[in-house]
Order: sequence, then C-alpha cells, then structure tokens
Amino acid sequence: MSELAHGTGSHLPAAEVPEMELPHPHGWWSTYVFSQDAKVIGIQYSFTALAIGSVALVLSWLMRLQLGFPGTFSFIDPQAYLQFITMHGMIMVVYLLTALFLGGFGNYLIPLMLGARDMVFPFVNMLSYWVYLLAVLVLVASFFVPGGPTGAGWTLYPPQAILSGTPGREWGIVLMLLSLCLFIVGFTMGGLNYVVTVLQARTRGMTLMRMPLTIWGIFTATVMALLAFPALFVGAVMMLLDRLLGTSFFMPTLVEMGQQLRYGGGSPILFQHLFWFFGHPEVYIVALPAFGIVSDLISTHARRNIFGYRMMVWAIVVIGALSFVVWAHHMYVSGMNPWFGFFFATTTLIIAIPTAIKVYNWLLTLWRGNIHLNTPMLFALGFIVTFVNGGLTGLFLGNVVVDVPLSDTMFVVAHFHMVMGVAPVMVIFGGIYHWYPKVTGRMLGETMGRIHFWITFLGAYAIFFPMHYLGLLGMPRRYHEIGETSFVPESAHDLNAFISVMALVVGAAQILFLFNLFWSLRRGREAGPNPWRATTLEWQTPETPPGHGNWGRELPVVYRWAYDYAVPGAADDFVPQNQKLPPPLHVARGEATA
Amino acid sequence: MTGTLLLFGGLVAVALWWLSRQGLATRPWLEAGPLDDGPVRPISIPAAKLGLWMFMAVAATLLVLLLSAYSMRMEMADWSPPPRPRLLWANTVVLLLASVALHRAVQAARRGRRDAVASALMLGGGAGLLFLLGQLLAWRELAGSGYLPANNPADAFFYLITTFHGLHLLGGLVALGRTGASLRQAPLARLQLSVELCASYWHFLLAAWILLFFTLAFSPPFDWLVALCATPFR
Repeated sequence: MSELAHGTGSHLPAAEVPEMELPHPHGWWSTYVFSQDAKVIGIQYSFTALAIGSVALVLSWLMRLQLGFPGTFSFIDPQAYLQFITMHGMIMVVYLLTALFLGGFGNYLIPLMLGARDMVFPFVNMLSYWVYLLAVLVLVASFFVPGGPTGAGWTLYPPQAILSGTPGREWGIVLMLLSLCLFIVGFTMGGLNYVVTVLQARTRGMTLMRMPLTIWGIFTATVMALLAFPALFVGAVMMLLDRLLGTSFFMPTLVEMGQQLRYGGGSPILFQHLFWFFGHPEVYIVALPAFGIVSDLISTHARRNIFGYRMMVWAIVVIGALSFVVWAHHMYVSGMNPWFGFFFATTTLIIAIPTAIKVYNWLLTLWRGNIHLNTPMLFALGFIVTFVNGGLTGLFLGNVVVDVPLSDTMFVVAHFHMVMGVAPVMVIFGGIYHWYPKVTGRMLGETMGRIHFWITFLGAYAIFFPMHYLGLLGMPRRYHEIGETSFVPESAHDLNAFISVMALVVGAAQILFLFNLFWSLRRGREAGPNPWRATTLEWQTPETPPGHGNWGRELPVVYRWAYDYAVPGAADDFVPQNQKLPPPLHVARGEATA
Repeated sequence: MTGTLLLFGGLVAVALWWLSRQGLATRPWLEAGPLDDGPVRPISIPAAKLGLWMFMAVAATLLVLLLSAYSMRMEMADWSPPPRPRLLWANTVVLLLASVALHRAVQAARRGRRDAVASALMLGGGAGLLFLLGQLLAWRELAGSGYLPANNPADAFFYLITTFHGLHLLGGLVALGRTGASLRQAPLARLQLSVELCASYWHFLLAAWILLFFTLAFSPPFDWLVALCATPFR
C-alpha cells in the first residue's frame, strides 16, 4: 500500500496522513462475514439492529393490544405484559438506537466522510460487531429460558428486579444484565475506533471545522457513550452479583412473604444514580448523531449551506457536556434534598438553550432554500417537528413540581417516545433513504418511501399526541389493565383503543419499508455516484458502492467545508469538498472569456 | 460522586484544552485550500497510543465510578469495613516492581537491546502474575476469617473492586505476552511502540491500584473533601 500517494497536484507537499495498511480479505467469509471493512461492519450492525428492533416493534403491538382491548387476549397476562414493556424499552434504546446510530451509521460514514481508508483498528472493529451480535443473541435467548425474559421495566430498578414477584427473576434478569455487559464491551471496542479515527485518520485538509455535522454528532456521542456506559456496566455487574452471589450492593433488608431475606444493607438509590448517570447521557448519545445527520439532510436537500455551522458544532459539544450533570431529574420522585432537585432542574432547563439554537438554525437553513420534498427531506422535517414537540413536554417534566404529579403516567411515555423514540427513528429512516444509494448503488423506491413517511409520521402523532391527555388524566404507565377507577373516564378507554389501532397501522407500515429495502436492491433506479448532488466526501468515491479502501490510489484532499451549496458564481449549485476551485459560470457554460 | 466529578472535570479540561487548539472559532465557509499551514496540526502520536490513552480514560471512569459507589455507600450508618490483609502492602510493592521493570524495558527498547527487553518483560510479567497470586491469597485470607461477599456491602465492595482491577491486569498480561512472543521478529520501531504501550498501561494499573488500595484500606480518607463538595446540597 505504500506506493499509494497523497493529494492530486504535484505542488502539494508529501503525505501528512500516513497511509494505513489494510487487511486484505481472502475469500467469501472474510469479505462478507468476518470482514474488517468498516462499511461491511456498518451494514452488519444496521441489519442486526433492525432485526432486533423488529422484535421490539412486535412487542409494542402486543402491549398495545392489551392496553386497547383489555381482556381480549388471554395469552397476555400481567407477567407477559411486564416482560413485553421491559424488552421493548431496552431493545429500542440500547440495541436498536445506540447500535444503529453509532455502530451502523458511524462505521459506514466516519471513514468515508473523513476521507480515510478504514477505521484505525479494523480487527478490533470487527470484534466489536461480533460481541454486539453475541449480546443480542444472549438477549434473545432470554425469551426461551424458563420463566422468560425479565419484566423489571427497562430501568431494572432493584430491589424488585431480582425479587421473586418479578417475572424473569430466575434467568431473564441474569441474561439481560449479562447481555448489557457484553454490549458495553463490544461498544467500547467500536467506540475507541470511532474516536481515534476521527482524531487521527482525517485526510489532508479535513480540519475539525470542515467535518460534516454528522461526524461531529457521532464523534461527540461516542465520547459521551465511552464515559457513560461504564456506569451501566458497574451497575449491571453489581446487580448480577446481588442476584447470583447474594451480595447486597443494592438490596436493603427485606421481608418477603413473611420471610426475612438474606439481603441487608444495600442501597437501591445507588443503582438509580448509576443507571441514570448512564441513562441521561444515553438520550443525547442517541440525539446527537440524529442532530448531525438531520443537519446534513436539510442542507443537502434544501440546497443551502447550513446556517450557523460554528454554532451548531459548539451546541453539540455543550449539549454533550451538560448532559452529564442532569441525571437526577429522572429521580425527583425517589426523594432528594430540595436543593439537589433545584440544581438538576436548572441544568435540565439550561440544555434547552443549545438545543433551541440548533432548531432555529435548521429553520434558518430551510428559509428561502430550494427545498426538495423527497423522502429524506420529509423525514428530516418530520424529525424537527417531532423533536420540538417532545422537547416542549420535556420542559414540563424537567420542573420538579410539575414532574411529581406527572411521573409514572402516560404523559412521560408520550414525552420520551416523541423526543427519543419517534424523532431519532425519523432520522434513521431519513438517513437510510439518503445513504442507501451509496451503499447499494440504487435508489430506494420513492413512492413507497413517501407512503411510508406519511403513515409513520401521521400515525406516530395519532399514537402519542392523545397519550399526553391520558397522562394528564392520571392514567398510569406500566399497568397491565386500568380497570374501573374514578379518575379515568370511559372515553379514555376509547382513546386507548384508537391508539392501539394506530400502533398496529404504523407498525405495519414498517413492513413496507423493509420490503422497499429488499425490492430496491434489485429493482431500484440506478443511482450513480452522487444522486443528491451532495458535497461531502462519501459521494465523491471513485466507485459506487465504494470498494475496499474507499479511495482508489489516492486519498482525496479537502479544500473546503462540507456545505458549499449554491455558491454565488459557481456553475453548479454544489461544490464538492475535494474540488479545488468551483469552475466559474462562464467557463462551465463554454462561453469565451473576455 | 466527588471522585467522578473530579475525574470528569479533568477529562473535560483536557478536552477543552485540545479543542481550543483546533480552531473552533475559524470560519470554515470562508476558507479554501488544503490548509497545510493553518492553525490545525494533525495529532502526531501513533494511533495505537491514542487508542490506549482513550481506553485508559474509559477504564479510569469505570474504576472511579466504582469508588464513587463505594464512597456513597460508606456514608451510611451501618458501614463496617473488613480488616485489610497485610499482604496487600507486599502486593503493592510487587506491582511497583512490575512498573519499574517495564520502564526499564522501554529504555532497553529505545537502545535497541532486544535481550534486555526480553528479561525486563519477563520480570514485569512475572511480577504481574505474582501480584495476581497475592491478591488471590489476600482474598483467601479474608474469606478464611469469615469476610465473605455476601456478608455485607463493605466486604462485597472489596472483592468487587479488586476483581475489576485484577481483570484489567489480566488483560495487560495478555498484551505483554503478545509483545514478548513477537519480540524476536518484530521490527525495532514496532517493538518500541508495543513496549511503550505495555509500560503506559502498567503505570496506569499501578496508579489505579494505589488509589484503590488507599481508598479501600484507609476509608474514609477524604472526609473533608466530601464535606466540602456536599455542603451546597445539605
């Protein structure tokens, strides 16, 4: 590989970024299965995440069937219901969103967007995927063990998580904790790769401030995840020991069914601190890549440079830092010193400032843009609207006095589904529609895409908007059946049935998406190297789909930032990052120079 | 949480210092050209080294979170820490020895003396193994006197924290073994890098152990610090 030279012009100095040695695959297995190519690993991550995410989608159907039509489905007993919500939550947050954004988009896009040949540690990167797959398999295994998966709720709060009243106490919880530990180990391997690649393997001219915002989002989120996941790891290991060895890290002295348990002296609140020290940054670990990707989608499909690029970068960094000092706003009802609550409410509300800056900048990017309302753009717009909606209810819940009555109601469910369920998923879809042509060389079916968008978008609102009202009525979350109460009127039950029907419809629309993914693989329109006429480096590869090593003989050299759309005087409405000078208008038109 | 906040403060400070040198205030939309003489220079240390430093930051976070959990539990009224086995002092000395040996291995590698590297690595690895053995003996001593993990959280924390540290050390031994195995064939520059990486990691393990040991053995040593940091919340 050493003969590979850098740069395009002879006037350029010798390579500053040393060429990396790529492991060359021999045969089918090392090309497609045990591949060390970040692009293949990214696709593997994405498929595994989508597969396990589909399981979680079906679980949400089952939950909604029970909530909308209580008593109709005899196989959904209270135990099963609790198991469904637990697995749905944990799979969606950790195994789908985190894995897809960082493992999927991160692996595919980081080397391509930075002009690198691959991740810096390809072997470790491969290992990261296989450990992730193992984590997923261990999690899936918990469906088949005696007692089934754990039903402790996705927060796994002790002591109930490992007491005998909770479903899955025997095996389910053990497998869940084990799977989380594996996931974290796997993620750490991948995460070190992403960070070091961003720091070290950028091509010439790619300064940090010329990186696309997608990379800024993924980079910052990865750093956060590397620092936040250890808290979950510690919590999971300690709870595992409580369950298996009978230690009492989190288990207080307990009497169960009139019997004194052997536990004593543990602190359940300690687990909550550890869990949410991970759990809140986790929200932004999912949100920051979404912020980044949506910025690129909007800029590309509105043909305008992103408004306030610097502010966008700073906001990402500030949000990342602030998200580490807000965790206890999940614990207002656990009882805490009022000053403590005041502190965490304040930091929580402060995060709204950089977040609002980002929203304004997206809007200003769209302002007077040449908006192409294609599927990626629709999903990007859907994200902005949904994220603002979910963010506004976050302001309610961030305040202690408002949170206390709303805690553990459907209002909370509606809030977090809007802000970190629907909104990031919108970006995932938008991102897949946007980059699918690069991955496969073919466009995703546009009509199917639009149908998919409108059903998903309107359906998600039909599901989660009314849920806020249910929450305000006081309808509790996590209940298998509400039954007869004085504060829940009959109409609320009708609303629940409506939500359930809509959930089935939205879920079914995802089948269309999966069909589109496979259908377009063969039948999609040929995309060409740069169908969106985008500026970033991944669209400038010599081959589509990009080959092993991404860049042919020479690495690209970057001459400009990632958002040169509609540059005045340029012939085209976009100037790729690796293009030295935009050809002036009259040259491009073939007119004679004066 | 004091320890966690201190570590994070440190990490944030490093990150800010680094970011401040990356031209975050530049206006990229006005620039054109490959920017060879710009304010931004690529990081000149090898990727493996940077990767190791990142990993050590993650491992440090893990250990400090454990210590935070430990110190939060410690403040509760029924805290009764186990006695500390004398053997831990000897183990500390052994680990210090390992660190010194690896330091000498680095020096030998820089001078290109493979034989000296080999013997220093053997010494370092042997001392590492001895340390692990010593930790196991310390466990046995504690368990023999009836201090079992299931007894109370203080005992459990002792076993947990030493296990975490021991597992990290085991990983270090694997890396050391791989370096030793490729000692004869590897090009000198590569050998130097491998030995340096091993040495950095062992110094980290030593520093971590000293911190852990002092927190475990002389708990609670930071009363004043905890009090200071907790004042606003009381």
